[in-house]
Parts: sequence; C-alpha cells; structure tokens
Amino acid sequence: MHRFANPAHFMRVSQILLPWLAGVTILLLAAGLVLALVVAPPDYQQGESVRIMFVHVPAAWMAMCAYTTLAAASAAALIWRHPLAEIAAEETAPLGAVFTGLCLVSGSLWGEPMWGTWWAWDARMTSVLVLFFLYLGYMALLNAFDDPTRGRRAAAILALVGFVNVPIIKFSVDWWNTLHQPASVLRLGGPAIDPSILTPLLVMALAFTLLFATLLVVRMRAALMERKIRVLDAAAGGALG
Amino acid sequence: MGFSTWLQMGGYAIFVWPAYGIAAAALGLLAAATVRRYRMAQRRLAQLTATRRGETA
Repeated sequence: MHRFANPAHFMRVSQILLPWLAGVTILLLAAGLVLALVVAPPDYQQGESVRIMFVHVPAAWMAMCAYTTLAAASAAALIWRHPLAEIAAEETAPLGAVFTGLCLVSGSLWGEPMWGTWWAWDARMTSVLVLFFLYLGYMALLNAFDDPTRGRRAAAILALVGFVNVPIIKFSVDWWNTLHQPASVLRLGGPAIDPSILTPLLVMALAFTLLFATLLVVRMRAALMERKIRVLDAAAGGALG
Repeated sequence: MGFSTWLQMGGYAIFVWPAYGIAAAALGLLAAATVRRYRMAQRRLAQLTATRRGETA
C-alpha cells in the first residue's frame, strides 16, 4: 500500500488516468442530465418535482461518501503520517462541503412544494446540517494554528470523531419518526423505485462520484505541486540570503 | 411535449430549475477554481525548475 501511496508514483499514475476520468465524467453528466430532465417520466405522486431528486439524492450520497473518504484519509494521516493521506483529507473537505450544501438546498426546494415547508428540524435534516458544519469546522481548524502540523492533527481528530454522524444520517429515517422518507434505493430487499426513475438516478450518482474523483485528483496534484513550489522557493530564498 | 410545456415543469418550474441552476453554478465554479489553481501551480513550478536549471547550467 505504501508503494502506491508514494507521491511521485501518484503523480505519474494520475497523469495517465486524469484525461479518461474527466472525459467519462463529462459524458456521464451530459447523459445524466438528458435522462433526468427529458427522458424520465413525471412521478405519479410528485409530478415533475421528482426531477429535483436526481440532484438531491446523488448530492446526499456524495456528502456521505466524501465524509467517509475524509475520515479514512484522516485516520491514515494520523497513523502513518503519510503526506498523500494528509493531502487527500484536506482536498476532500471542500468538495464534501459543496455536495452537502447542494443536498440541503435541493432538498429545501423539493420540500416546499411536496411537504409544504422549506425546512424541518427532523433527525435526517438536522444530522445532514451537522455534517455540513463538520466540514466547515474541519476546514476552519486546519488553518487555526500557526503550526500547520498541529492544525492538521486537530482537524484529523475532528474528522474521525465526527464520523459517528455518518451512520446516524443513514439510519436516522429508521430510528426516528422523521418527515424525511426512509431509504428507497439502498435498503434490504432491493430498490423500491421504478427503473424509469432509478436509471437516471444511478447515472447521475455515478456522474457525481466521478466528478468528485476527478476534482479530488486534480486538487491533490495541485497540492503536491504547491508543496514542491514551497520547498523550491525556500531553497531559492536560502541561496539568495 | 412542447418546449414551453417542458420549461413549465408541470407547475414546479420555480423549484426544479433553481435546483439544477444552483447545482450547475456550484459545481461549475468549484471545477473552474480547481482548474485555475492547478494551472497556476503548474506554471509556477515550471518557472522555478527552469530558473534552477539555468543556475546549474
């Protein structure tokens, strides 16, 4: 594992992978949008407002998937102090925050016509709002110390402690009597959605996943280059001074 | 189904289009900022390696 986590190796492999990743992401996003906005039929209960779900559900999945990545990378960074794990965690956080924000906003836009309210303090919505603040807290803590190593450690510990929120989000609809409906795709007994709605949903989810992966790889490459720049700058400054 | 019927989204246009618009804007800006940062790092690194090569040559 350590061999693959070598930064130089990562730069080489990601350079080959990146154009493919970006290309497939764009194709899937285009296909997903056509399926979601044109091909998918209106729902018999929700009417055309069901189309909001093709943004909302994938955004919610990415919010949790990104947090799991953040927690796993933080654990790896704390245990092995590996620079690539540190960078992966740091670059995942803003992406996760954006997906969580999109989940909250799109949910609100669906809740108003369907439930008659933009927001309710039910367990699902409140725990996702907590997730959003965990991302913001992680990013704030990262830069709150003069010594970046201390900031990284404190933020990594927050990310790990906050991971307890992920199963709470997932099972909140089963544990509490929420306004938010229970799972209809990732549930025991298989999805309870018609294929005409499920297919666009899964294509959009795959597109969002690949978009997350593409952006994460580009940001990790940028962060590695920035580290190298700092070293070279310091060396040049030292030579001049 | 005509184009204007499609735009009306069965009366849910004011909810459906903002959801897609905000998602496109947020993800688009995120992607643009990411690419910009990447290009800047790439340029600066190329500059620095070029000067270093110049010094050693």
